[in-house]
Amino acid sequence: MNHDTVRAVAIGASAGAVQALLHILPSLPAALPVPVMIVVHVPADRDNTLVPLLDTRCQLAVKEAEDKEPAMPGTVYFAPSDYHLLVEKDGSLALSGDEPVNYSRPAIDVLLESAAEAFGSGLVGIVLTGANHDGAAGLRAVAAGGGIAIVQDPASAMSATMPAAALALCPDARVETLDGITAFLSGLVHA
Amino acid sequence: MMADDDIEDIEIQLFLEALHRRYHYDFRNYAQASIKRRLTQARTQLGYASLSAMQEGVLHDESVLPRLLNYLTVQVSEMFRDPSYFRALREKVLPHLATYPSLKVWVAGCSRGEELYSLAILFREEGLYDRTLFYATDINPDALDAAERAVYPLDVIKTYTANHQKSGARTSLSDYYSAAHGGAIIDKSLRERVVFSDHSLVTDSSFGEMQLISCRNVLIYFDRELQDRVVGLFRDSLARKGFLGLGSKESLRFTRHAASFAPFVSAEKIYQRAEE
Repeated sequence: MNHDTVRAVAIGASAGAVQALLHILPSLPAALPVPVMIVVHVPADRDNTLVPLLDTRCQLAVKEAEDKEPAMPGTVYFAPSDYHLLVEKDGSLALSGDEPVNYSRPAIDVLLESAAEAFGSGLVGIVLTGANHDGAAGLRAVAAGGGIAIVQDPASAMSATMPAAALALCPDARVETLDGITAFLSGLVHA
Repeated sequence: MMADDDIEDIEIQLFLEALHRRYHYDFRNYAQASIKRRLTQARTQLGYASLSAMQEGVLHDESVLPRLLNYLTVQVSEMFRDPSYFRALREKVLPHLATYPSLKVWVAGCSRGEELYSLAILFREEGLYDRTLFYATDINPDALDAAERAVYPLDVIKTYTANHQKSGARTSLSDYYSAAHGGAIIDKSLRERVVFSDHSLVTDSSFGEMQLISCRNVLIYFDRELQDRVVGLFRDSLARKGFLGLGSKESLRFTRHAASFAPFVSAEKIYQRAEE
């Protein structure tokens, strides 16, 4: 795999997201040459407490995505609660208040599908632990666009439903443990 | 060979151009990623095989237009959405407005009126309603009709009531509606001082001398060029020291007119027109 072509990473996680992201993100170096966009299902009326938690533990900058903000390398962007996060073709971030998708806003499918269009083969799409089916259609779009599709090994996930659903729609996706995903992403630095 | 994606982008451009030339609805400068999702949803729900087919449909059959507009414009909202915004208006902005003998408020992109009536109730609670004229505008005639009818499903009233209480309410939401038409209808007295109007932020000009413009979660659907136009329109429509309220995740940071506004309640994205 030629990692030079990777331009962005998009991740979706639901039940068990906190532990999974705490496993992956703090290990990634500040020199990560691409932006990381993340959708985590959080109740609409709750503030995203993950952002400050991860920001103190990560070498990467961690923030909530703002509308029209250019996605910068070495930075992790979380979808704000109650908004979808999308990526425009110029690499800037966009928010929307459109209806929930898969009963979720933000929805993982919305991020992955728009990121697949924006970055095509330059995208790494990852579906982690979760107890619903969000992200499956999105991951299929990532693979169809020539991007790298990765699924957390359902057997190792806190909640297997979401990665299993993604794998069912996207059978050629790479299956990795959290350690495997961390190693893959860290490898982007030395490409 | 051209990718399907690129072909679809051509179809989107042609579709939006056709819609504009045929009906003067201009979505050409809407943010691409979300207009594309909405168009795809409209195409699927209206039963067209491609955007080109939907283009032909809407060009030759006017009855397609209202249904299409509902996919492209209607916003899901609630009364007193983001109660902290209304609390900030109540505690920080309305005391300023109370010094004026008469007030004008513009709810830009009012959709079905949830925000409009939230503001009307707020102004009534704070004793400013009787001296205020509300302008409620939208491009979608169905949405404007719904706003004017002011009937909301009973099953959402519970959420609205909770939001209202969190905004620092002095009264009960149930003081302002009655059960009718299978839903809750907002009292006529709260609709008397509202002017409903078909107005496009994209193509129409400024409204005069507002003390407050509330336009939440509308700008996120526009690209930067169109955001610049609309924020300029807001500046020109505000009276001296007038206020502008945006959605909680919107900001003026990336627009050309940032210097024309000063943050007034930063956390709630409430700005005040700056002296120039």
